[in-house]
Amino acid sequence: MYFGLSEEQQLFQDSIAKYLENNVTIDAVREYANGENQKFADDIHQGLIELGINNLIIPEQYGGLGLDLLYATAVSQSLGAGIAPVPYVGSYVMAPMAIMLAGSEDQKTKYLNAISSNQLHFGFGASEYIASRENAGIVIDGNTASGRSLFVIDSLNASHFILTNMKGTIFIVSADDPNLEIVQLITIDKTSEISELILNNCKIEVLKKSINNTSIIERVVDAGRIMVASDSLGASQTMIDKSVDYSKERKQFGRVIGSFQAVKHMCAEMTANIQPCYSMIWYAAHCQDNIPEESRLMATHTKAHVSDIASSIAKTSTEVHGGMGFTDDLGLHYWFKRIGLNRQLLGGVEINREEAAKVQGF
Amino acid sequence: MNLDFGCEYNEFRAEVSDFCSEHKGVQLTGNLFGRYETIKKRRSSNSDGKTMSLAEWQILLIENGYFARNIPKQYGGYGGDLDIVKNVIINTEFSKAGIPCGTGGQGIDFLVPTLLEMGTDEQKDHYIKSALHLETIWCQGYSEPNAGSDLASLQTKGVLEGDEWVINGQKIWTSTAKYSQMMFCLVRTEPDEPKHKGISYLLIPMDTPGIEIRPLVDMTLDAGFNEVFFTDVRIPATNIVGKRGEGWLVANKTLVHERGSLGDPDKMVSRLNLLIALMKNETMDGKRIIDHPIFRDRLMKIQGKTLALKAHGLRLLSANINKGQDVDLGIMIVKLYGTEMRYELEALAIDVMGELGTLYEDSPHIRDEGSWQYAFMYYLGLIIGGGTSQIQKNIISERGLGMPRAPKIKEA
Repeated sequence: MYFGLSEEQQLFQDSIAKYLENNVTIDAVREYANGENQKFADDIHQGLIELGINNLIIPEQYGGLGLDLLYATAVSQSLGAGIAPVPYVGSYVMAPMAIMLAGSEDQKTKYLNAISSNQLHFGFGASEYIASRENAGIVIDGNTASGRSLFVIDSLNASHFILTNMKGTIFIVSADDPNLEIVQLITIDKTSEISELILNNCKIEVLKKSINNTSIIERVVDAGRIMVASDSLGASQTMIDKSVDYSKERKQFGRVIGSFQAVKHMCAEMTANIQPCYSMIWYAAHCQDNIPEESRLMATHTKAHVSDIASSIAKTSTEVHGGMGFTDDLGLHYWFKRIGLNRQLLGGVEINREEAAKVQGF
Repeated sequence: MNLDFGCEYNEFRAEVSDFCSEHKGVQLTGNLFGRYETIKKRRSSNSDGKTMSLAEWQILLIENGYFARNIPKQYGGYGGDLDIVKNVIINTEFSKAGIPCGTGGQGIDFLVPTLLEMGTDEQKDHYIKSALHLETIWCQGYSEPNAGSDLASLQTKGVLEGDEWVINGQKIWTSTAKYSQMMFCLVRTEPDEPKHKGISYLLIPMDTPGIEIRPLVDMTLDAGFNEVFFTDVRIPATNIVGKRGEGWLVANKTLVHERGSLGDPDKMVSRLNLLIALMKNETMDGKRIIDHPIFRDRLMKIQGKTLALKAHGLRLLSANINKGQDVDLGIMIVKLYGTEMRYELEALAIDVMGELGTLYEDSPHIRDEGSWQYAFMYYLGLIIGGGTSQIQKNIISERGLGMPRAPKIKEA
């Protein structure tokens, strides 16, 4: 029996962490966020693809590494910790998973190989299947689709999109389709790219196994939820680490603030809250591949619970930094905002908890 | 990640499971400690099973290797190897079958491991078997009125006169003192040494003249604790574990054990299942509580935390089995996280019942024999006892995160 990340998974995390530490500095992120260096995100994206984040879960026969979701979860944690401004959850977990589960052999060969070899990457939109806002939604008519999909994730430079209608039918649309309008949205989190897609009789490719089979979109969304939770976990740990470090340096009243119980207890509470989140995320990821009877319950609960803990850490760690925590100079807010965005993606905490209740037949 | 314990354990699990079905419905007589939960647990397993005493059951469990498993045979244990996985399997199978595990208590949980590690051969021979077989009940004499969180400042005095210790002072929060034949006790024997180095770990027979016990009624209305007063209590000089002045060291070995043992995820899961059952049964305006969106959301919140703790338990177990997994922080948080969460769970049950949730003792309309109200208060006690949540946070921040201690204030 062994519970936790393997040595290999930890080594991979370390290599991502090192790459991000060297390349994604606060100054660089700020420049990018202020719109001054659009190339930055592309460069980081390329750098991470060279490390192999794009083909983790794709089977070897399609050029991938054939690894499991736990592995992908470990990677997601590192990307959150290092505030990587790149596509991942939608492009390299949810999209390939949807194609693997619902695509035809031709579709798998065509698209999975293309993802593996970095010839294309997908944005992913599932918001309307989970909970539609502004009455958005897409209607499929044969090989065309019309309607709106809000909050499509990983849309930066995406060549294709995977979307779903409200019945969970999954389809592919090309970013080049002249009938597709891509409206870039501006969120608080400048390290993630979110768009609204407006389809007006766009030509689509349906992933046919998803027709009348919502279990596929559910599995894909659940996997995405665990990835997003893991991203928030990484971001939260970074915020705690920064708080502890800062509290050991910053002096007031003639002593470092980390010697005040008020500050110590904030750090202890954050630590007590985050520790079980690691185990929960790993177990939830393990369930997706190995314990199907618990997979939905664990995914929904993990997304909700980790989001709550991460939000409280985002707040508390900012407070530990005092006024500096509120400044752009320090840049702590980039993690605060990433956690804030993650909390709402693929269903907020109430939505996920309600799903968890329904899964159990309550 | 591999959650399989391996096929060598399948046989063991089958064996335990057979024992469980053979003894399903066993009824135990006698109530060792007077604790409400203890009684409840025994009573709830009633059916047409056999009746036997707590001690008989205990000995049967030891003979089969389901209790005191890794304690040597010569001291009344089973004499098996230390195998955490087997312990986990025993706990899981017993709880699945709803039959009672062995009876612990402060003597078995804390004194026995201490003696095994630091006791003399005579002490091991004399005390371990009788404790395991429930012939001798032990209580723990640590806290004092002026030595709670700051335990090392305790002042109960021990003076060596000839071949006897003469003890004077007072202990408080002594669970089970009324039922105990023996106490393991921290006493200041070296008043001139620094506070941590002036304490000795003494073993005191409770029938020694000069000991007076006063029950301390807590907010649950149980007299679960006691005050114990010592006036010129004389015990043999040999009733000491470790050397003079080493008592703090000796005691700390068991305190570490205590803090790790208070947050059992399996218990939390079964408690949560009772809460779910309660929410399915209780209604408000004819509608089941579990269908009420706000209560439902609160339930799911607690369930999320419970599942996190359960997974955390797997991680700690894994670190026990596999060398090199770093879980120091993970262990430090268990007492804080587990007790605070349990309190929250019990509090939700009270809210689920609303006004009915305030009923107590043998009131008409009471639900589940008042166990929710009792546990709601009892777990507040556990948040405080065994190192308060605030002390836990000091430990996590100072030892776990390396944050500096507060500067010492000169005494006025």
